[in-house]
Amino acid sequence: MAFTPTKETYSGKVYSVTIGTGDGAVTFGGENVLPFHSFEGAAPNKPVIAYEIQDVPPADWPENVQKPFAAVSGDPVTWAKHCQDELKATALALRLVGTHPDRENRSAEEAAKTVKDVLAAIKVPLIILGSNHPEKDSSVLVAASEAAKGGNCVIGKAQEANYKTIAAAAMANNHKLIAMSELDINLSKQLNILITQMGFEKERLITDPMCSALGYGLEYTYSVMERIRLAALTQNDATMQPPMLGDIGMYVWKVKETQAPEADLPHWGALEERGIAWEAMTATGLLVAGAELLIMRHPKAVAEVQKTIAELI
Amino acid sequence: MLIIGEKLSIIAKRVREAMMKKDKGPIQEIATRQWKEGSGIIDANIGPAEDGGEDLMQWMVTTIQEVVPLPVCLDTTNASAIEAGLKVHNSQWGRPLINSTSNDPERFPILELGAKYQAQVIGLTVGKGGLPADAGERAAIAAEIMARAMEYGVPLEDLYLDPLVLQIATSQDHAMKVVEAIQMFQEMNDPAMKTVVGLSNISNGCPKHVRPILNKYYFLMLMNAGLTSAIADAKEMADALQEKQMFDDVLAGKTIADAAKMTEIRKTLDVIQGNTLYAHSYLEM
Repeated sequence: MAFTPTKETYSGKVYSVTIGTGDGAVTFGGENVLPFHSFEGAAPNKPVIAYEIQDVPPADWPENVQKPFAAVSGDPVTWAKHCQDELKATALALRLVGTHPDRENRSAEEAAKTVKDVLAAIKVPLIILGSNHPEKDSSVLVAASEAAKGGNCVIGKAQEANYKTIAAAAMANNHKLIAMSELDINLSKQLNILITQMGFEKERLITDPMCSALGYGLEYTYSVMERIRLAALTQNDATMQPPMLGDIGMYVWKVKETQAPEADLPHWGALEERGIAWEAMTATGLLVAGAELLIMRHPKAVAEVQKTIAELI
Repeated sequence: MLIIGEKLSIIAKRVREAMMKKDKGPIQEIATRQWKEGSGIIDANIGPAEDGGEDLMQWMVTTIQEVVPLPVCLDTTNASAIEAGLKVHNSQWGRPLINSTSNDPERFPILELGAKYQAQVIGLTVGKGGLPADAGERAAIAAEIMARAMEYGVPLEDLYLDPLVLQIATSQDHAMKVVEAIQMFQEMNDPAMKTVVGLSNISNGCPKHVRPILNKYYFLMLMNAGLTSAIADAKEMADALQEKQMFDDVLAGKTIADAAKMTEIRKTLDVIQGNTLYAHSYLEM
């Protein structure tokens, strides 16, 4: 007698979201099954990995993840083109970290110019991120949204404290929007509700339940993502059906395991390899939890995760 | 159904200020209102009361009983404050209730007081090791508390088992586990064990307009499971009883005439039963 695998059927479906324009546009989400369960239903799109770049040189990144970009990261446009042309990035995430009041405190106008310049130089979709300073982000991301009009970009991140202005700007300029809450599934749902109650279409949202690195709370992110996906698929909860973001790089490349030298901790092994493995493992974990869009830094970690995706889908 | 009026709590600003100033007015006004609205016992929650807890509890008990012919529920973690309160409690309208003992050895002296003063005691089904994971764990802890009560000389008829209601906004999956625990507790003795809940904790952290709705329907859910008493707002519970027929009809899948009420009950039931994920705006979805 032939073996028949048990199949689950689900009542809900994740929205498929397309970002970018023309030949460069990419689509993620759209599945009606749990991550990598394509044998149970439809999983038409692969997860997308965006390379993270910044508006200012990455002096705060650990040396091993600065190194691959050393020749290009002095200028965001050169950096962006390098990721697109040499690393074959399918999407980019420009973090306007230089606008943070405690950093270079660059103005919204300066940020808007960087966005314009980068967008003019690339064909792949652009994710535009603020500096995670809720107040400053409301002016920076409004200016950035306007500067990127027509680019079908992703604007992020709208949080409880600033979602109104950022969602309005993303809506007016026809972008997608990242809604971020802090590791609380009920607040994540609530924020999606509040944003859609403003008239923002839920099909244009991306949920960020907040990332964390392996060893530093990854299990919390994992569990929230898993429960969001189950609500979307098994309870057909429309507020929880936008695809999910894993903002991997910035969380991974600040933990001890990606920075402590081998000389100090010989039993931890080679630092460079360890950092790459840490980023790849964190990303893979969140793919299994349900993330459809990842933001990552190290080219070798990206390559590893892409290999996993290709093998599993 | 015994309602233990919950409004006299140190957490409320007005009550806290009255306690600090020993101002009888607000305390007596609130106690009287709770009595008129149908409370059978008045809860006096003075918090941990590490300094001067004895005086404060005695003042609370006498202040309440000056105007209200009801027993008092002595609510504090300070055992000597409880004993002080028990000494002045006027039991002509019923025996006092102590809130609470648990399976934590530090709380066993409460059972000694219960036996010594023939008071009734609430047994909160938590141990030293944190929150119970499910109904089964709550029942296992309840069994331990029951054994301990008998050992200390508190009759099981005087013990109220409390499964610990958790906030739906953060611990949605516990809502039905508590309902299940209420059912299990009753089967642990013959006659059935008495049960109690701190009801309004279900809606702690929820928007103000949502709180009474969650409180009412969760109360009816627990009542259907056999709950014998609740620390709650008597007015809200009276409103709940008015709506019981509608609630039971919706629960049974029937259509009721009041469409808006039906939607409100249905959505709240879905959240309590875990059919939809809780969000503060769940009623608007």
